[in-house]
Amino acid sequence: MSEMQPEMEPVKHEWPLYEVFVRSKRGLNHVHVGSLHAADDEMAIRHARDLYTRRNEGVSIWVVKAADITASSPDEKDPFFAPSADKVYRHPTFYDIPDNVPHM
Amino acid sequence: MSFDNAYEAVSEANDEARWAFGTGFEDPLSGVDTSLPSGVDGDDLAAYCLMLGDDALIMSHRLQQWCTRAPELEDEVALANIGLDLLGQARLLLTRAAKAEGSGRSEDSLASFRDEHEFRNVRLAELSTHDTADFAGVIAQLLVFSTWRLALLQRLTDSRDPVLAAIAAKGVKEVTYHRDYAAQWTVRLGDGTDYSHQRMQSALDDLWPYVGELFESHSVVERLPDIAVEPSELRVEFDDVLTQVCSAATLTVPDAPARAGVSGRTGRDGVHTEAMGYLLSEMQSVARAHPEATW
Repeated sequence: MSEMQPEMEPVKHEWPLYEVFVRSKRGLNHVHVGSLHAADDEMAIRHARDLYTRRNEGVSIWVVKAADITASSPDEKDPFFAPSADKVYRHPTFYDIPDNVPHM
Repeated sequence: MSFDNAYEAVSEANDEARWAFGTGFEDPLSGVDTSLPSGVDGDDLAAYCLMLGDDALIMSHRLQQWCTRAPELEDEVALANIGLDLLGQARLLLTRAAKAEGSGRSEDSLASFRDEHEFRNVRLAELSTHDTADFAGVIAQLLVFSTWRLALLQRLTDSRDPVLAAIAAKGVKEVTYHRDYAAQWTVRLGDGTDYSHQRMQSALDDLWPYVGELFESHSVVERLPDIAVEPSELRVEFDDVLTQVCSAATLTVPDAPARAGVSGRTGRDGVHTEAMGYLLSEMQSVARAHPEATW
């Protein structure tokens, strides 16, 4: 619409993308489960509830705008992660872990 | 593998290997005495369960009709979820009605093989918004319906019928979310642009003539004093919530007179609007085309 008033904000036709993290009943951490579109944070939480916890999966939800996530680059894969692949001595394998310490 | 009770298949909380998604589901009627309470007329109890069950069934169908029509995929799933919650309530209530009347009918035959004049839902539930894709219309309908139903179910948890009380306790959690969803959208649209404000206000104005019926008493309710909820008791809470939501949404609570029934008879007596016949012909078409089908 070329006759749009200059002070009017342009209409955004798509809501921003959010990433959704759900903590399941049997899990320990919030786990990434997918993404959705929402107009703002409050709506994103509700949409996440409707889309990702319908089958009794979750007890807690986090949402974050996808644009706010800083991710490692696939190009840096080797300098980032390859050096840890041959250093088994970093695992504390020589300790006995008591039976009642879970999730090690 | 088949199960007589769907909950048995997925109710083992620690059976993590078998299911990719959640487990630990609960049967809402688990441990509830399903025999009829003493001193209650079965026909009256059945009629009351039909009223509340038909409200849920018809509203559920209206929400399902929004599939493929909602403005965003996420809201389409939200409306379908809410519709499924209400369908679940309808199944429990129609099952209770069938048992109370003792005629051998089932929830399925009550839903699919009754005619228009046998349905007992309030007319508000049958109003159509999907054919004109009026999203403000379905939000207004859901706001009014869920505010009223939540107030009703909260009181029904004290019913002397343990099954109605259990159904209500389950429904309260569901309808609390339905009301929250509708209120959020009412505020977004009402306090949005000039155009969305105008659409939201006219949606409320359009359905307001059907609000009065929600609070009218009925001879069936009067005959079930400690089992049923007296509708007129819900009006104060309803007005408070609507005033609060409309004020946050910069909307005006409408003040339109109630749409009269036919000789004083309305939805609770089986007298419906023109939209109801079209709704039933679609909702019942598969069951009536294949009356012996099972799936």
